[in-house]
This record gives sequence, C-alpha cells and structure tokens, in this order.
Amino acid sequence: MNLDELESTAAREREQCAGQKCRLRVCTGTGCASAGSDRLTEALRQRAKERGLEGEVTVTEVGCLGLCAEGPLVKVDATDTLYQNVTPNLADNVLDSLTGEAAGITVCNEKQPFFTRQNRVVLENAGYIESDRIESYIARDGYRALLHVLAEMSPADVVAAITQSGLRGRGGAGYPTGLKWSTVAKATGPRKYVVCNGDEGDPGAFMDRSVMEDDPHRVLEGMAIAAYAVGANHGYIYVRAEYPRAIKRLKTAISRAERQGLLGSSIAGTSFSFTIDLRVGAGAFVCGEETALIASVQGNRGTPRPRPPYPAMSGLWGCPTLINNVETLGSIAPIIRCGAPWYAGIGTEKSHGTKVFCLTGAIKNTGLIEVPMGITLREIVFDIGGGIPNGGTFKAVQTGGPSGGCIPEKYLDMPVDYESLREVGSIMGSGGMIVMDQTSCMVDVARFFMEFCMSESCGKCIPCRVGTAEMYKLLTRIATGEANMNDLAKLEELCEMVRETSLCGLGQSAPNPVISTLRYFRDEYLAHVNEGVCPAGVCPMNARKGVTTHA
Amino acid sequence: MRDLLPKTAPPTSDKRWRIVDTAMRRNGYAPDGLIETLHSIQETFGYLDEPSMRYVASSLRVPLGKVYGVATFYHHFQLKPQGEHSCVVCLGTACYIKGSSNLLEAVRKRFGIRSGETTPNNKLSLLTARCVGSCSLAPVSVLDGQTLPHLSPDQLVEAICALDETEEAAQ
Repeated sequence: MNLDELESTAAREREQCAGQKCRLRVCTGTGCASAGSDRLTEALRQRAKERGLEGEVTVTEVGCLGLCAEGPLVKVDATDTLYQNVTPNLADNVLDSLTGEAAGITVCNEKQPFFTRQNRVVLENAGYIESDRIESYIARDGYRALLHVLAEMSPADVVAAITQSGLRGRGGAGYPTGLKWSTVAKATGPRKYVVCNGDEGDPGAFMDRSVMEDDPHRVLEGMAIAAYAVGANHGYIYVRAEYPRAIKRLKTAISRAERQGLLGSSIAGTSFSFTIDLRVGAGAFVCGEETALIASVQGNRGTPRPRPPYPAMSGLWGCPTLINNVETLGSIAPIIRCGAPWYAGIGTEKSHGTKVFCLTGAIKNTGLIEVPMGITLREIVFDIGGGIPNGGTFKAVQTGGPSGGCIPEKYLDMPVDYESLREVGSIMGSGGMIVMDQTSCMVDVARFFMEFCMSESCGKCIPCRVGTAEMYKLLTRIATGEANMNDLAKLEELCEMVRETSLCGLGQSAPNPVISTLRYFRDEYLAHVNEGVCPAGVCPMNARKGVTTHA
Repeated sequence: MRDLLPKTAPPTSDKRWRIVDTAMRRNGYAPDGLIETLHSIQETFGYLDEPSMRYVASSLRVPLGKVYGVATFYHHFQLKPQGEHSCVVCLGTACYIKGSSNLLEAVRKRFGIRSGETTPNNKLSLLTARCVGSCSLAPVSVLDGQTLPHLSPDQLVEAICALDETEEAAQ
C-alpha cells in the first residue's frame, strides 16, 4: 500500500463513518467489558433492529474510553453525549435518547477534570477505533508516519527526530530512546532485531494492555519505524500470557497489516522489509528485564545476565537488538506525524511528552489517564482522580510497582517526572499509580511487595534470591509483632546490600518499597516494633509464630 | 539433516497431538520454539505431564532437563491436571489493598482448597495471578476466563457455586 492508496482507504473509511446517521461507540475495555458492555452491544443491536433503526443506528465496539469506574460507557456521536453506568437493560433508554430526552440513564460530564486535564497522545485513538479493523486505524492517520518515513526520511533522520523529541523509555528507567536507537543503528551484526516489551508485569499497571488491545496497529507502526531507523528486518512482540485479548488482537493486526502490504517484504514498494512474530510469555515478572526477556524469546528460562554487553550490541542470538516498551513504541508515530519539536514542547525540561498512568486503589475515578509530564501528583489524585472516596484521607501514592516507592502527602505538589520521582525514593515505573488511604498499613504494603519480589526472583544471584526471602521474614516478624529494634536495623542493612549487589534491576530495586516506607512512615514501623500495634489495624499483630491471616 | 533423523511419535494416539506438532513445525522444530510448544500442549491438554515433556524434548532435540526447567520456571505452566473450572484470584497491588486475601480465604473455607490446589472431585482449581491488569475493578477474580469485578468474598463463592448449577441445568 503506498501513500495514495493509504489516503484513499482513509477517505473511504471516513466517508463511511460520516454516512452513518447515528454512531454509538460502546467501550469494550476490560473495565467496561466485565461490567457488561459485551451484552450491552448485543442488546443495543437487537433493540435497534426490533425498532427498525438498523440502517440508522450503528453500534461500534471501541477501546477504553478511560473512566473505568463508571462503566459501561457509551458515547453517542450524534448528540455528543457520553453515558455512564449503562447496563445492558438500559439499551432502550439509550435508543430513546436519540430522538428525545435522555431518561433513566446518567450522562457522564465530559467537562470534568478527569477528561479536560488529560493530554492524549499514545491513547489518541482509544475510544475511537475498532481495534480489529485496520481501516479504522488508517482513517485516524494510521501508518501515515511509516509511509512518510520510508519515502522522505533516511534512517539517520528518523533517529535524529526521535532524539530531538526527547522521548525516554516508558518502561520505567527512562533511558533516552534516541540514544538507544542510535546505538543499535551504529552496531554491526549479521542481522538486527526490534523487540517490543509487552511483558507488563507490574501489579497495578495496565497501560500497555490497553494500548495493545485497543490500538494494536500503533505498536506495529512504531516497531516498523524503529526497524527502519536501526536497520532491522525482523521483530518480536513479547506479550504476557495473562493478556489473552491483547494476544488475539495483535495476531489479527499483524495479519491485516501484512495483507495490506504494510508489514512483510518491500513495504510500500520500497526495499524495506519487516516481519513481526508474536511471543507469548508464561508468567514471570523478571522477563520484563531486557536480558531475561531475550532469554525467554529464545525459549529459555527467563534469567538475566550481566550487562555489558547491552542488548543493543549483543541481544537476540548475539545480534544487535533494540528493545522498547509498548508505550514508547506507541509514541513514535505521533512524533513523526506532528514533529519532534511539538513533542519536545510537552512536559518538563528533562522529561518530555506525556505519560499514561493507571489510577487505581482508594480513588474515586479509577481508570486510564494520559497526562503531560510535570503535572503534580495533587492534580492527578485530586483533580483528575476526584480524590479519596468514602470520606477517607490520603496517605500515600505508590508508583513504580515492586521497584518503586510510596510517596507521602508532603510531596503531593511535586511535579511528576523521572528525576523528581527518583529524588523522593520512587521511580516513574511503567505507570501504575495506586492511591492508599488511612486503611492501608505501610508495613503491610512493603511486605506485600517483598513477597512479590521474593517469589518472582529468578534465583540466579544470591543477594536477590536469599536477600528478598530474609527481608520478607523480617517484615513478617514486624507485621506479627515479634520483631525488635535489631530486626529493624538488620532490615535496613539488608536493603542496602541487596540494592548494591544484585545482578539485575529486579533485585536492585526490590528494597525500594521498604526503603521508601521506612523513610516516610518510620513511625508505623516503630509502632509495630515497640508498641506491638498496627496503627491501620491491618497486620495480624500477636499472631502465633509463622501464622498470618494472609493466605 | 534434521529430516533424515527418525521422527519421534507422540506419546498417545490422541489426534490433538497434531495441534502440538503444528506449533513445533511453525517454528521449524527450532529449540527456541520451546515455550510456544509448551503453551500449545497446555492449551490442548490442560497441563504438562512427563510423557508430553519427553516428547517435546526429543522432537525439538533439547535435553529433558531443559524442558522441565522451563516448565517449572514459568508460573503459567501447570504440571498437574486442572479442575473443570478455574478460579484465578488476582493478587495485584490494587486488589491486595482492597482485600483480595479475603477472597482466597473465603474459597478455602467453602471448598477447602488453597492456591494451586484442586478440589478432590476435580471440579475447581484455585489459582492466583500476579496481576490480571483489571486494577480499576479491584478486587477481581477470573472465573473460567470471565473477569468478575468488585468482588466480595460471598459474591465469589456464590459465583463459583452458580457454575455448577448452570451445568446441572444443562444436563
């Protein structure tokens, strides 16, 4: 497919959409789906048919509209209204609203900060396109960036544009993407590979899941542009097995793109060829680490190895390999389309662009948001998130999953960017943001993450394998009221040792939740140790040795 | 060369082994297709047993120890037969702070099984997940592939009991 064909496909699709008198967009993101949006779609179609509105009303299934807390959501384009909590039995009310007043269904205020404070770049298509139809993506400027790159730019130009945009790795560490690309581009090897890291293992994060499920072609386009820039002809997408829908949709997307000549050999009539294979993970958190991911793609146990050599020099089968996160690759097409200066203009001096977060926990508006870097935590939690429900009080926000930390109230006005988060002892991470209120015990939270790291440790290096287990034991002693001050000192010592001596990022960052809770909520630890009480009433204090209420 | 070597026969005459063979063929019988192959066995037969691992080892020409190593390294692979129904309780952070451990406890009380176990009548397997990515619906469980949102312990037990009733009604 060349640019002309792409444009005519886009025009045809837009015309078809414009020709539909009344388009209902039903959110089929996981949140709304489990609230019944699949049955709602059926009901809407059925009722429209019975009312003889078949030709007039088109019901389309789209990706996440964002406000998962109020699902199922339905957007009616004709009246420009978003309805919330539309359970399947309300299908008639939605159809009634097309001709008259809306009764019995709740209108969702799209002027609320949850919607207005967002800046959607990676999620620009979520809620608009039907993920299984490539035409739907093309109509929203899909694959335009790829064809532009192939026709007008040299690989070096592309690398320069990404460097100029200031994009940094969205997987958590924030390594400059342009620099990574240029390293792979300069590396020599018989073959090169591009790998998309879709092993979103952080508990409490589902951004990548949404991107892969709702807008799979965006990931493919980003990968193809990356491949052109670094000189690769083959790529892998590594997706976790826990995301069956993402796997299915990516498979469909790959075959559709191949059929349209947007993937495969001589793309758009040029000499550039690029094929993509899907690799399904099998439930190992450590595989998000790039060297472990490489081992897993090659069919081995997912254990990391020391770096250097970095995968950029020696990755898959010893060849130079570019590994980027889903969200990073999802940002590529808009950067090419709208220009690097535009992207660099969003955000702060060192952290450019936007970041997708999953807002969950003790917060009113749980859901998926995309905000410019540099926004404050207070704006996210209280404006966009709508604050703490049920009259609770804010205690901490956890970012970065098991590698991150808990940020207390005093830092709420801090800007959200890579450096600031690191300064307060957390990390950007992949984008999970879990808000906790007074009912959460920080010792218990630290223990939860340590249990996670302990069982996800691959066992290759001793500091991580044994250290996490020992730290977990100490935290359990604290949580059951058996610990003394020596245990606390030992815990701090171990944190230092595991952080400094572990082989990979999993072990090096495993102590973070403990370190940050000790830093900001030391009084809670002391209450457990000295007074034998859990201030939040969560921990099973004075339980018999080794027996806890947590299964 | 590979073609000249004698082909290994599947452990049983079950026709479903063709699905597994197809998965191996798609990767050119290369050792790096090991995880994909194990996925296809688990999808087809529900779990990985010793004969199936031996078959994969000889077909892909990798040591049996490696197959076993990979199968036990990844949480997704099951080495024991699973019950008719599966209940996966999510233990992600959002679910955890909203009380997912109470869900596990409720299932243990009612059905007498802990995470990773199957009821003696082979009806129900209880599993846990690190995060199923439905954090906005916390706490969640996935019952036979369907995500159940905002669960209370009683609701989960009720939903599991309802599975059996629908079955009885169908019979």
